[in-house]
Amino acid sequence: MEYGLFTSIIHAIVIASTPLVFAGLGALIQERAGVLNLGIEGLMIVGALAGFASALAGYPLIVSVFVAAFAGSALASIFALLVLRLYANPVATGLALTLFGLGLSALAGSQYVGQAAPQVAEWIIPGLNHIPVIGRAFFSHDPLVYLSIVMAGTMWWFLTKSRAGLILRAVGENHSSAHSLGFSVIGIRFLAILTGGALAGIGGAYLTLVQTPLFVEGMTAGRGWIALALVVFASWRPFRVIAGAYLFGGVSIVQLHGQALGISIAAQWLSMLPYLVTICALVIIASRVKGENSAPGSLGITFKESK
Amino acid sequence: MTESVAIAERLSASSKQCLGVRGLSKYFGDFAANRDVTLSVDAGEIHALLGENGAGKSTLVKMIYGILKPDSGSMELLTNPYSPDSPSDAKHSGVGMVFQHFAVFDALTVLENIALGLEGRFPDETLAAEIAEVCERYRLHVELNRRVHDLGAGERQRVEIIRVLMQDPRLLILDEPTSVLTPQETEQLFTTLDRLSDEGRSIIYISHKLDEVRALCDRATLMRAGQVVDVVDPRQESTRSLGEKMIGERLNETKRSKASNAEKQKARLTVRVGDVYPESTRNVVLNDVYLSVAPGSILGISGVSGNGQDTLFDVLSGELTLPNPDSMVLDGEPIAHLGVEQRRLRGLLGAPENRLGHAAIPELTLWENVILTARHTRGILKNEHLISGTSAKAFADEVISTFDVRTQSVNAKASSLSGGNLQKFLIGRELLGQPKVFIVSNPTWGVDAKAQLFIHQMIMKMADEGASVILISQDIDELLSVTDRICAICHGKLSRTFPTDEMTPEHLGALMLGQEIDS
Repeated sequence: MEYGLFTSIIHAIVIASTPLVFAGLGALIQERAGVLNLGIEGLMIVGALAGFASALAGYPLIVSVFVAAFAGSALASIFALLVLRLYANPVATGLALTLFGLGLSALAGSQYVGQAAPQVAEWIIPGLNHIPVIGRAFFSHDPLVYLSIVMAGTMWWFLTKSRAGLILRAVGENHSSAHSLGFSVIGIRFLAILTGGALAGIGGAYLTLVQTPLFVEGMTAGRGWIALALVVFASWRPFRVIAGAYLFGGVSIVQLHGQALGISIAAQWLSMLPYLVTICALVIIASRVKGENSAPGSLGITFKESK
Repeated sequence: MTESVAIAERLSASSKQCLGVRGLSKYFGDFAANRDVTLSVDAGEIHALLGENGAGKSTLVKMIYGILKPDSGSMELLTNPYSPDSPSDAKHSGVGMVFQHFAVFDALTVLENIALGLEGRFPDETLAAEIAEVCERYRLHVELNRRVHDLGAGERQRVEIIRVLMQDPRLLILDEPTSVLTPQETEQLFTTLDRLSDEGRSIIYISHKLDEVRALCDRATLMRAGQVVDVVDPRQESTRSLGEKMIGERLNETKRSKASNAEKQKARLTVRVGDVYPESTRNVVLNDVYLSVAPGSILGISGVSGNGQDTLFDVLSGELTLPNPDSMVLDGEPIAHLGVEQRRLRGLLGAPENRLGHAAIPELTLWENVILTARHTRGILKNEHLISGTSAKAFADEVISTFDVRTQSVNAKASSLSGGNLQKFLIGRELLGQPKVFIVSNPTWGVDAKAQLFIHQMIMKMADEGASVILISQDIDELLSVTDRICAICHGKLSRTFPTDEMTPEHLGALMLGQEIDS
């Protein structure tokens, strides 16, 4: 089947954006609980490698996704232990986690370089996929694309409609108050970090399972950092993470096509475009007044139980 | 009203006594925070717990609310033995507590905040309706969908009170509830408390504001040094007699010797300002303030917390500068437009009320904290840009040895010192700089009696050496024993100034409440 250029661009944007949606949601749930985890990049690449290894070993997609999620959680639990229990500085620990994850995946992944994972089948949504243009662009994708959207919806529901989500937000907003009301700040943050690690792991696995079914050292290429910026851009809201991820994915795909069409701007400028957009977005957000769109009050502050 | 009567019947069905405490003791090491404390609170009674800072009031209510476990003694709630293991235990038994520091969440709505305090509740329509009912009954007004971020202190406190009331408590404990409230908010709170007591709910009201206790409470238990010293009917007592019982035998305070010719000298600092609007809307607006202070003299400014003392301190110290330089004149030089640094260079030094975070940086060491204010003395600043660590350490060492500061070394963090020791250090830091004018706010707040005495002596010594001192304080005894002249601030206005010798506590109390200020 032949598709128009527009349709293929949209299709490519969805694929480019999906890892950012997962990773962004993974950062969001942690930040809403007051945990600033700068190790998203490290969690993503470890997830990418774990998922890829599982797919190469012949396991079905669903198993590989679980393996990636587990790998992300496992690495994140080290972060949780250091930051929540041993009161390590979260910024330094997060940076260390990124570097550790990149190094670990390079070491363990060297044997996989050059191999290709099996193609993931698309789940075509019957009926909707026949709609001209958008049918192909939005409704004939691999299952993980749909999962990312469902995840955002679930997270929105959890944060705004459930008591557990309310407690999680309370912990992120003011951990001392939450503690004095009898909530387990450490326990809730621990769960948030594990969940965030799993989502970042899946985001990484999307790269090796679907986007480019290969493993290359350092292939996350800064997506973990973009995900962190996305959360701020999205004012800590799940659906806005999707919007931000698609905006970012869109800019990066458009610049690729722009290069292909021979637009006479230096390719380096176009490559910089997505990052420039992110910086502009962050500046605009920073200039807004404090209010409901601002960061959780206890974000990145170490909680120590007073005796 | 029938509803109220029904509730009253239900609550008083069991007994007249709500809470009985017998022989309760609590030790922290060798220190007896509570010794053999006995307390009885009747159903429907508003019972005051009076005492100075450190008298043991907080320890007692923490045991009643299950935060601390008593070492010995027993408690009874509605004739049943009562020994809560945790605050949630206490809540289940019908005891609620409103803390001085509110456990609220800025970014969440009032409704969400209340839901978080109630087990298993979700901020939905049902809860909103229940809250509306409670608010209606106790005349508490809050908008449920507003974010706490936008609320003032009084409204935040109402959120806490509603949280507690939603649990239908038999006994309500309020810890210094009016310290952050405006007079109007205080009045609203009293209406609510009267309503609660009419229903047969008991209230333990912790305060050191004697006039409030006299206006509101049925009985008062007075505590001193961890023990109950008396149980009285506050309405039958004068503010003075309550104060004396609360403070007990006075320490041998060296009463300020009559500053012989200080009064006759020309004023060194004169302040004459019209209206001053502080940056934060939470602070009180100053209104036509006039004061002057001569060398070697101590001027006391009394007042109930929240009547403009913060703004006044900021104006005097230079944290808030004024457009007209002539509003403040120091030794003939207009200084009102100058900031803190410039005023310090001219010998006007200040020590703010908040020791950790304002006067000192908690995470910095003592010698580093010295640099913050004393850098222009003793060559601490080598030139414009370089600091001499050796000089700063030597200076800090001198402060520590001269003023008996109990600490391990100059390398100790400011936050590691006790309140009294830190205050001695901070006042010593300024004293060694030989100020011409020294402005100090609530220097002995939360400080033990011995350190208090020492700090008073330091301040008096400073005046004896020729400094002009302005002492802003809520502690009437402190003002009466330390100062030469005294006035009161109320709603941002200053009263006339009187010689301290001619001042009685009753007169001062009246001044603090704003009487005579307008006449």
